Amino acid sequence: MAQNTDRPISPHLQIYRWSPTMAASIFHRATGFVLATAGMLALLWWLYAIGQGAEAYATFQSYAISAGEKATGWQLASNWFFRLLAIAVTWSFFQHFFSGLRHLLMDMGAGYELNASRNGALMVFIASTTATGIVALLVASRFLGV
Amino acid sequence: MGNGTGIGKVRGLGSAKHGSKHWIDQRQTALGNLLLTSWLVVSLLLLPNFEHETLAAWLMQPSVALPMMLMLVSIFAHVKLGLQVLIEDYVHDEGNKLIALTLLNLYVIGAAAFGIFTIAKHAFAGAVS
Repeated sequence: MAQNTDRPISPHLQIYRWSPTMAASIFHRATGFVLATAGMLALLWWLYAIGQGAEAYATFQSYAISAGEKATGWQLASNWFFRLLAIAVTWSFFQHFFSGLRHLLMDMGAGYELNASRNGALMVFIASTTATGIVALLVASRFLGV
Repeated sequence: MGNGTGIGKVRGLGSAKHGSKHWIDQRQTALGNLLLTSWLVVSLLLLPNFEHETLAAWLMQPSVALPMMLMLVSIFAHVKLGLQVLIEDYVHDEGNKLIALTLLNLYVIGAAAFGIFTIAKHAFAGAVS
């Protein structure tokens, strides 16, 4: 059945005042989408490149990570695109991971009180951002010489 | 809505009452993802470096290839359940919804098969290099 576009619709994201609990819910869905598409395709590309041998892996690296001193403009752009994507996917992973843990706890009936659910949602954001920062620092110091 | 024709009743009653299985499967695969992605993160952090030689030898071990395949199965099953709800929530046109759900099935099964085949080929035959 087609939707009648003239009918009034309920207020959406741009109307409600943001709260930690609604943010956790919305980001759980959004990060799930990012992981399901960009995250999984990148993981498969990486696995395929490993299986194809050293040369194919070097090609993968030259586009996805770093092409070294002789990088072309195209490769540099590609490197930065994938580095930013890597940060987005890493944050999405930890956000979905911790938010999922919170969901599993709440499925057992815990943490529904106003303060507990609000604090739980805030803790998810803090944990995912901290974990992403640690991974980014680790990668930067070990592999990019920063 | 209770006294209409057969099709009228079905339309009026809404859900097929299979929602709980979907809900429980989503949690079951979530637990699988929780265990297997934790394994992947720890296993990667324990590697001395991320050179191809290291990664190729790592992925060839049965103790790595097997959980990696299981992880792909668990994740793509979870992706199917999750994106299905996304499509059902946002795609209102019945025709487009059917197309989107079909494409989703092709994606998850195709991508999982590609990944498992890639790992199996590597683990059984070894790197070409």
